[in-house]
Amino acid sequence: MLNNKSSAPKSISSFEFAIEAIIRVLGFSTIGFVLLIFLFLLKEGVPFFYKTDLINIFGTRWYPTFDLFGTLPLILGSVAITVVAVIMALPMGVATAVFIREIAPGWVREILKPMIETLAGIPSVVIGFFGMTVIAPMVRETLGVATGLTIFTGAVTLAYMALPTMISVAEDALDTVPKNYRDAALAMGATKWQTIRHVVLPAARSGISMAVMLGMGRAIGETMTVMMVTGNAARMPLGLDALFKPIRTMTATIAAEMGEVAGGSIHYHALFGIGIVLFVLTFFINLAAARAIFQKRRKGGLR
Amino acid sequence: MEKIVVNHLNFYYGDHIALADTSMSIAEHRVTALIGPSGCGKSTFLRCLNRMNDTIRNTRAEGEILLDGVNIYAPGSDVVTLRQRVGMVFQRPNPFPQSIFNNVSFGPRMLGLAKGSALDDMVEQSLRGAALWDKVKDKLHQDALHLSLGQQQRLCIARAIAVKPEVILMDEPCSALDPIATGHVEELIESLQEHYTIVIVTHSMHQAARVSNFTGFFWLGKLVEFDATEKIFSRPGQKQTEDYITGRAG
Ligand SMILES: Nc1ncnc2c1ncn2[C@@H]1O[C@H](COP(=O)(O)OP(=O)(O)OP(=O)(O)O)[C@@H](O)[C@H]1O
Ligand SMILES: [Mg+2]
Repeated sequence: MLNNKSSAPKSISSFEFAIEAIIRVLGFSTIGFVLLIFLFLLKEGVPFFYKTDLINIFGTRWYPTFDLFGTLPLILGSVAITVVAVIMALPMGVATAVFIREIAPGWVREILKPMIETLAGIPSVVIGFFGMTVIAPMVRETLGVATGLTIFTGAVTLAYMALPTMISVAEDALDTVPKNYRDAALAMGATKWQTIRHVVLPAARSGISMAVMLGMGRAIGETMTVMMVTGNAARMPLGLDALFKPIRTMTATIAAEMGEVAGGSIHYHALFGIGIVLFVLTFFINLAAARAIFQKRRKGGLR
Repeated sequence: MEKIVVNHLNFYYGDHIALADTSMSIAEHRVTALIGPSGCGKSTFLRCLNRMNDTIRNTRAEGEILLDGVNIYAPGSDVVTLRQRVGMVFQRPNPFPQSIFNNVSFGPRMLGLAKGSALDDMVEQSLRGAALWDKVKDKLHQDALHLSLGQQQRLCIARAIAVKPEVILMDEPCSALDPIATGHVEELIESLQEHYTIVIVTHSMHQAARVSNFTGFFWLGKLVEFDATEKIFSRPGQKQTEDYITGRAG
């Protein structure tokens, strides 16, 4: 485009130049905003790490009113709920993707796909509401625990929220498995299920691990739903029975406490510090997802 | 001795008729070649023989195909066992993106034919059968996609014979291969006919002449002529056949 600039009439070339300039400015400003946010996060968060002792930071008790800023229960809370959510969502997501892509007749697929996309658009507060009023009482009554607001409840709602992303990414992964692999298996007398289980799914595994990563990213950053259904008690989630006890996540802590802290106080910096931890975790999850994509490209989309 | 008898086969893709009133007898332990211009229905015919066309939506077959005297299109006949008996090698080599060993052992594992050392033996036998064993015996656990295309195609043949089929269908198995790899596959076809009945689609007249005992010439969805290869290439009964094999039509 630049080469034939000289041959184009002057008005057109200056118009093109203006458009290009605007696009460039907009493009760079997006990157700029991300950087600014990150710098702001660092500026406000880093003081927490040198103004507080490490023993306190890595303690197990988060009681800001007593100057106890143990972040472990919050980090573990986020991690626990995310992991449980993904463990729940993975088989369902993959099964749904397999159903849509490999089994369902055309018209069912046409109905299911937009429905799943709609699911992705439900506001998280609505899902939280549903979790609070339907799932939590169910958990409390069937399991006979003190409160229905638990890791388990949170994970169920998060799984539900991560599902649409996971389904569509897993579906794309199945879609990229070449037809000739299926044909090869079928032509040997493999059944449809054997073909899916032993050829299609293994060939799609990097795409499926990408689905897991994206689902995780979605789950760990989620705030409103977990605030509503996890009980928000900053306890260490240790042992299996913790699954049915309340927890508090990093996101919920920031959202709940940010409104009440005095600017510049240790508590204020602590919340930003948690923000940094969250940022780093999400960054690594995204990195893993990007790696999965990259590997897939490098191998020509074959696995 | 006839392995497969096709009687008055019609085949439709939706409303489009791709094969009309095709009848053919395929001799056991012989190589039968199918030739004809592009789009004349060779692949369609081949895929009817193991009902791979069933995987394409909105298709329909009429007439009958007898495998050892039993109609494979009869209601209630089992495609899965049919395809174990009638294996297939495709135009483009399509090994699974897994190890060489896993590719060959895939069928036997799937069908529960063998386990452990019996499975190892089966893999070795199949690879020997496909004249590939010496090339790959030291790298059985390497990715099959690292093999050359010609070797991949022989791997696909090994994979097909690992489930002990009776018939092997090959759809232009050499079209993606260079002349040397083609030569290897042709030699392999020679040696396979001792144990298997082979039906091969090819665009190469020379290949048909070299490897087959019988040749069928298709034209616009019809089987124009079917006879001993030698006769088809020396004294074709139909003008169309003669024009095609001498390169005057195509
Ligand atoms: N999946 C399909 N859906 C619809 N029509 C098809 C399909 N496959 C083949 N056909 C049509 O059926 C006819 C026969 O096709 P077929 O693939 O059997 O030809 P062929 O002789 O194998 O040709 P080629 O030598 O190019 O492979 C063609 O007119 C083709 O357009
Ligand atoms: Mg063809």
